[in-house]
Amino acid sequence: MWNLLQIELYKISKRPRTYIAFAAISAIVFIFQFAFKADGESYMNLMMQSVQDSFELNKTKAINGYFMCYIILNTLLVQVPVLVALIAGDAISGEANMGTLRLLITRPVSRTQLLMAKFIASFVFTVVLLLWMALMALVLSMLIFGVDDMLIFRVKGEESQIMQITADDVLWRYTAAFGYAAVALTVIASIALFLSIYAENSIGPIVATVCIVIVCTVISNINVPVIDRNVKPWLFTSYLVGWKGFFYIATNADGEPIKGSLENWPAIRNSLYILFAHIGVLLGLSTYVFNRKDILS
Amino acid sequence: MTPSFKYRKIVSIIVAGAMLLPILLQAQTAEQLIEQARQKLDQVNQYEAKGRMKTNVTFLKVPVATVTIYFSKPNQMRIKSEKGVSFVPKGAVSINLGQVLSAKDFTILDAGDDKVGATPVKVVKLLPNDDNSDLVLSTLYIDPAKSLVLRARTTTRENGTYELDMSYGKYSEYGLPDKIFFSFNTKDYKLPKGVTFDFDDGSTARQPAEKGKPKKGRAEIYISSYKINQPLPPGIFSSTGTR
Amino acid sequence: MQPIIEVNHLSKHYPGIQAVNDLSFTVLEGDVYGFLGQNGAGKSTTIRMLLTLIRPTSGTIRMFGMDVHTHRREVLSHTGAVIERPDLYKYLSAYDNLNLFAKMNGIRMSRQLLMERLDYVGLAARWDSKASTFSQGMKQRLGIAVALVHDPKLILLDEPTNGLDPQGIADMRNLITRLSRDMGKTVLVSSHLLHEIEQVATRMIIIDKGRKVTEGAVAELLSPAHTLVTIETNNNPVAGTLIREKTKASVLTVDADEIRVQMDKSDIPSLVSLLVGAGINIASVQPRHSLEDYFLSLTNSGKHVEPAAD
Repeated sequence: MWNLLQIELYKISKRPRTYIAFAAISAIVFIFQFAFKADGESYMNLMMQSVQDSFELNKTKAINGYFMCYIILNTLLVQVPVLVALIAGDAISGEANMGTLRLLITRPVSRTQLLMAKFIASFVFTVVLLLWMALMALVLSMLIFGVDDMLIFRVKGEESQIMQITADDVLWRYTAAFGYAAVALTVIASIALFLSIYAENSIGPIVATVCIVIVCTVISNINVPVIDRNVKPWLFTSYLVGWKGFFYIATNADGEPIKGSLENWPAIRNSLYILFAHIGVLLGLSTYVFNRKDILS
Repeated sequence: MTPSFKYRKIVSIIVAGAMLLPILLQAQTAEQLIEQARQKLDQVNQYEAKGRMKTNVTFLKVPVATVTIYFSKPNQMRIKSEKGVSFVPKGAVSINLGQVLSAKDFTILDAGDDKVGATPVKVVKLLPNDDNSDLVLSTLYIDPAKSLVLRARTTTRENGTYELDMSYGKYSEYGLPDKIFFSFNTKDYKLPKGVTFDFDDGSTARQPAEKGKPKKGRAEIYISSYKINQPLPPGIFSSTGTR
Repeated sequence: MQPIIEVNHLSKHYPGIQAVNDLSFTVLEGDVYGFLGQNGAGKSTTIRMLLTLIRPTSGTIRMFGMDVHTHRREVLSHTGAVIERPDLYKYLSAYDNLNLFAKMNGIRMSRQLLMERLDYVGLAARWDSKASTFSQGMKQRLGIAVALVHDPKLILLDEPTNGLDPQGIADMRNLITRLSRDMGKTVLVSSHLLHEIEQVATRMIIIDKGRKVTEGAVAELLSPAHTLVTIETNNNPVAGTLIREKTKASVLTVDADEIRVQMDKSDIPSLVSLLVGAGINIASVQPRHSLEDYFLSLTNSGKHVEPAAD
């Protein structure tokens, strides 16, 4: 199994498309960092516009590395599923297209093992991609913008909130958030891998995965009570942004944030369960389908 | 004119009005106590105060900030957070009652006696004579025994009513409070649409009040020490507070 | 000689198509077994079933005395294959491709050994070139190297000469001969060209529309004793029955147009007098020189039924 995984990782590492993802992330992060370095105040003014008259805020301090990483992740984690699909969606269909799938399958390894190796390789890719993101969006931002208390601008139900997390309470939240993101993106990888079994070129499953994510995200963001109650809980995309839950800090009766706390850990935990369930079901289905599939490519 | 400067001016006017009371008021007791208050405050040319500020606004979930307040005669004031990011209510800058200006154009009414807590106070209302003034009405509650302003309620056209509650301790001889409760109005906070994709964890916030309705905010400042009439760091007032 | 492949009543049914129909054959150790059939006859489907790429609808496949589905790992670890186009990882070099597949077989090979293998198929000079830069013939040779990397006992070659130039075809022929004679491998090679099989195979099977037509030693099938004869009479069914009952000739097909029999060429006169004696009018009797004519006639009348068409 370890041997197979090594082979899969080796193949991923040798493909030029793998590095598109890293380049894309770097480019997006650089653009954000440049933009905020140049004119972060405008963004702050936009976020604060309705209370600009009532409060003063040290905007230079507010636009720090922690804040930057949150802003970048907020945008980037919407795009990253595409990058994950790019690799996972290609895992089987790409080999079918090249004609190497039949060679792989006629080697003395079980199809289940082969599929698992491909799944774990996609997972490893996802994690490495996230580590790269952490390095670029968090570590580099910390170096460029410094470190200070972190502000979270948030819409909660019908209300907007500004939360402040003290600087010494941030890093564990990012660790947890990146961990959560790894699980969420693994769901995307599982979908792409599942679709990949059916296709004989890699474009199909990649596009299909992206479409599924987009459609579900759009539905997740329709703010109609009927959908909120009946549809949203069933869409995995509703849980993709759950990493933010680690930045929703609990407050005491006075509205003062409690250091080291989470506002709603059960919600995050349930989201994780749901995401894990998705991965489990998709992997199970993939294994079943892949083992029964006639390889005609 | 920046808003903060506006508020500073408003309060300057209020305080100035308070200082003018002895001249305009018929009641001899009021005149005396205000004159005493003015004298107390007059001793302070500048100060640097250290304290903690707790901001209590529904949409703002922020920790207690350690702040330093700098004041210099006649009306320069700055609240600076020691470390971290902090939201400073702009109106809070107006806590400097110590300003004494030669202002004019107020109608002063004796509004009788009242109590702040258990302390009997004299209530004085100030009405600007200028109809276009942002200030609509200011009410001062003065402790006649100690010549200290315990409460000031100020109504402005644009930003509603501010209320200052002050308690005095060690520094009462200078007329400087060590506990200030500052109530102010703020608009409901609304994030621009489509900026965030938030994690909807199923919980809903309490039903909000009608949109745009002003909300009450409160800042509590607990001052632990004043350094009175000692040189301030140079350039401390040079920026508007955003740096 | 031990049977290496035993196929019994193998069928593969796709919606609307019977790709392989009740096919049985045996490949013995040391055979170069020719698998002959027109395009779409079911060759690729059968080979893919041997390799567990496709699940049979019914029937059993035993290789090395083991059921391929219950002992997949063992069977495949003794088997090497080049199926249709020998596609490889285009973005990897010849060396890396070979190394990767060695690892897939659970083998760690030294650099020297890998280079020797590349040299064996004449690719040592291009070891570091990406497979995407290779000609069809070079890819084919690399595919062979990959198929042989784990030193299998059995090698399955599906249409190995497809798309090759004459030199490539000759090389492939030499390679198959070497594999069998020098290395003692059992080889199953499929083709739609009889003369290719004729040149390398020791035994062969001809299939058409998923069914077995004939099977046997190549020398035997192609000898004069097995001349194919086409007979046209005014009463084919009666004539067919008569030939079947009264002569040593084996009747292959009987239909309204003609009767096809396989027989010793020298027996033709006695067969003619038998039919004439029975009152049957003979329109023509045509002996074919070899199996090739017969095979060609099949090829010309055939209909493509194999979904995995090459």
